[in-house]
Amino acid sequence: MARKVLMLLALIGVFALIASACGEPDVVDEPDVVDEPDEVDEVDEVDEVDEDEVVDEEEPYEVGMVYDIGGRGDLSFNDSAAEGLDRAIEDFNIDTRELEPDEGGENREELLRLISGEGFDLVFGVGFLFADSIEAASGDFPDVRYGLIDGFIEDLDADSNVVSLLFAEHEGSFLVGAAAALKSEADHVGFIGGVEIDLIQKFEAGFVAGAQAVNPDIEIEIAYISQPPDFSGFADPARGQEVALGQFDAGADVVYHAAGGSGAGLFEAAKDVSEAGDTKVWAIGVDSDQYLTAPEEVQDYILTSMLKRVDTAVYDTIEALVEGRFEGGYREFGLADDGVGYSTSGGFVDDIVDELEDYKQQIIDGEIEVPERP
Amino acid sequence: MNKQASKVLLSVAAPTVAVGFALLLSSAVLLLIGESPVAAYGAMFRFAARVDSAISIVNRSVPLYLSALAVAFGFKMGLFNIGVEGQYRLAALVAAWVGGVVTGLPAPLHVALIIFTAMAVGAGWAGIAGTLKVTRGVHEVISTIMLNFIGTGLGAYLLAAYFREPPAPGDLVIKTPDIPPSGQLPSLNPVLEALGVDVPGGSDLQSFLILAVLAGIVFYLLIWRTRFGYDLRVSGVSATAAAASGVNPKKMILTTMLLSGATAGLVGMPMLLGFFHRYTIDFPIMLGFTGIAVALLGRNHPVGIAFAALLFGFLDRASQILDFEAIPKEIVTIVQGIIILSVVVAYEVTHRIIQKRQAEEVAAELEGATETEEVAG
Repeated sequence: MARKVLMLLALIGVFALIASACGEPDVVDEPDVVDEPDEVDEVDEVDEVDEDEVVDEEEPYEVGMVYDIGGRGDLSFNDSAAEGLDRAIEDFNIDTRELEPDEGGENREELLRLISGEGFDLVFGVGFLFADSIEAASGDFPDVRYGLIDGFIEDLDADSNVVSLLFAEHEGSFLVGAAAALKSEADHVGFIGGVEIDLIQKFEAGFVAGAQAVNPDIEIEIAYISQPPDFSGFADPARGQEVALGQFDAGADVVYHAAGGSGAGLFEAAKDVSEAGDTKVWAIGVDSDQYLTAPEEVQDYILTSMLKRVDTAVYDTIEALVEGRFEGGYREFGLADDGVGYSTSGGFVDDIVDELEDYKQQIIDGEIEVPERP
Repeated sequence: MNKQASKVLLSVAAPTVAVGFALLLSSAVLLLIGESPVAAYGAMFRFAARVDSAISIVNRSVPLYLSALAVAFGFKMGLFNIGVEGQYRLAALVAAWVGGVVTGLPAPLHVALIIFTAMAVGAGWAGIAGTLKVTRGVHEVISTIMLNFIGTGLGAYLLAAYFREPPAPGDLVIKTPDIPPSGQLPSLNPVLEALGVDVPGGSDLQSFLILAVLAGIVFYLLIWRTRFGYDLRVSGVSATAAAASGVNPKKMILTTMLLSGATAGLVGMPMLLGFFHRYTIDFPIMLGFTGIAVALLGRNHPVGIAFAALLFGFLDRASQILDFEAIPKEIVTIVQGIIILSVVVAYEVTHRIIQKRQAEEVAAELEGATETEEVAG
C-alpha cells in the first residue's frame, strides 16, 4: 500500500519536473492586475485628455468582457463578441480581460463588480441576461462604462455610463425571409425558433413579413424547440433536426432557424432530405455566416445566413471609447449600418441579390416597415 | 496517547491529507499546461484576503452548508438523498412566488412565511421519495435522482405558466414578482462596520448566516443528544439492530427524508432573501450536488461541514481571479474533484486503521482477561 503511494508520488514528481522544464519562466513577469497601484488613477487620466498627451497615448485602454455561459469557443453568440474584441485588439491600444460566469450564471454581478473594481474603462456584458446585473453594478462604478449586448435597461440617456447595444433582427430576418420565398419552388417555407421568447419572436416576425412581401399566399411552418424558462432549445441539435424534418415533411423546402446551436440539426436535416428525395431543400443560418463555420458536407444546403453583427457592435463601442466619443443610451444596429444583413457565401443567392438589395434599400428608406412582433 | 484524542487527530488528518494531495496533483496539472502553481495559488490567496472576497466566501458557503446538512441527515441513517438539488430549486421557486404575491405582512412574519413555504415544499418533494421507499421499496437513490428531473421540469412549467411576472417591454428576463422589502433579510454589514471593517459597495454579508449556524446546532443536538437521533444513527449502522430495539424502520425512513427535504428547502433561502429577492433563470444551480461533496468532506458533522463549506466557498470565489490572470479557472474544478476522490480514500484508510486498533485493543483485553483467569485457576 505505502509503496504504491510512493510510486504514485514519484510519478507525479517526474511529471512536475518535465513540465517545469517545458513551462515558460515568464509567469512572474505577467502584470499583476490585483496589486497594480496605478490603476485607480487611470480613469481620471482618460477623462482629462488634454492634461498629458504623451502619457495618454502610452496608457492602453482597459476593456473587460464578461461572456454568457459557454464563453469563448461556443461557435455562436459569445464567439461573435470575441471576434469583435479580437479585431479591436489588433487595431487599438487596449488591454483586455475576459471572464465567464458559473454554470448557473448567478455570479454575473459579482464578476462585473470584480472587473469594474479594477478600474477598467469599458466592460461588456454579453447577452440579455446581464441587464439586471449591469443595472446594479453601473450605479456603483460611475467611472466605468458598460456595453450591454442584446439587453435592455430602462431610462438610459447619452450621459449614462451604459450603452444598450440592440439589433434590428427583424430587418435582417425580413431579407432572408424574402430570399426563402424567392427560392422556394413549393411556395412553402419554415421557421424554427430555439426558445419562444420575445427576442426570437422578433426573428419570426421579420421572416414571415419578408416571405409574404414576395408572395402573400406563401405557406409558412413555424415551430419553437423549447418554451422558457427551458433554454435547452438553443443547444439541442437532435431536437432541431427532428423539428426540421417535420417541416420538410410538411412540404416546406426552405427553412430558417434562429436556434443557436440547435441549428446544426437543421443543416443535417436539409442534407438528408435532399439526398433522399428528388428535390433540393435549403436551410438558412443565423447570427454568423454559417456557410463558413458549418461542416463541409452540409455547406451546399445553406442558402444564406442572417447576419447579426455582435462583433461590429463590440468593435464600434470600443472604437467610440478610444476616440473619446462614447455615449450612453441605446444603439440599434440595423441594415443601414450593416449591423444586420445576409451572407452570400456559396453563391446560392447570387441570382436574387438584386431583389434583396432592393428590399434592403426600401427598409432603410422607411418604405417598408418590418414588424417586430408576430 | 489518549484514545479519544488520537481518534480526533485521525479524522482531521484524513481531510487535510486529501486537500494536500489535491493541491499537489493540481499543481502537476498547472505545470503541465505551462502555468506556475505558485503564481496561481498566490493570486487566489491574495484575492481571497480582500474584504469583499471574504464576504463572498462566507455567502457562498452558507447555502453549501445547508445543502450538506440536508445530505448528512440522510447519510446518518444510511439514506442517500441525491435529490437535494431538485428539492431546493423547487422550494426556492415556490417560496419566491409566495413571498412575491403576499403583501401586507409585517417583516418577521413575511420572512418566516417564505422560509416555512420553502421547508414545506422541500420536505414534500423529498417525502415523495420517502413514501415510495416505505410503501413500494423504491430505492431512494433512484427516486431522488428521477425527482430532480421532474422537479426541474415542473419548476420550469410553473414559472412560465403561473409564477411569471408580466414582463416590462424589452425585458427578456423570466422571473417571479419581486419580494417586497418586508420579505427581505437585511445584511450584516452594520455589524461588520461596527467592528471596524470597511465594507466595499455592492458586497453584503447575508444574515441568513445566523440561521445556518442555528441549523447546525439543531442538527447536532437532534442527532447526538436525543432519543430520535440515537435511533436514527442506530438505523444507519444496522437496520436489524434498530428494529430489534423497537425502532419502526418505515417511520424512521419517512421522518428522515422529510427532515432532509425540509433542510434542503433552506438551501436557496440565503440567496433568495439576501440577494435576488426573486427567482429567475439565473438562480444558482448545482448546490445540491456540491452539498453531497461537502457532507462527505465534513464527515456529516456540523463542524466538519462548516470547514468543508468554507473551503468550497473559498475555491469558488478565488477561482474567479484565475481568469483575470489568464489561467483557466477550471483548474479549481479539478481541485474539487480530486479532494472528493482522495477524501473517500483517506477516510477508508483511517477507518481501517481505527478498526485494526480497536481489534488489537479488544484482543489485548481478552488476553489480559484469560491470563487473570489462568492465575486464578
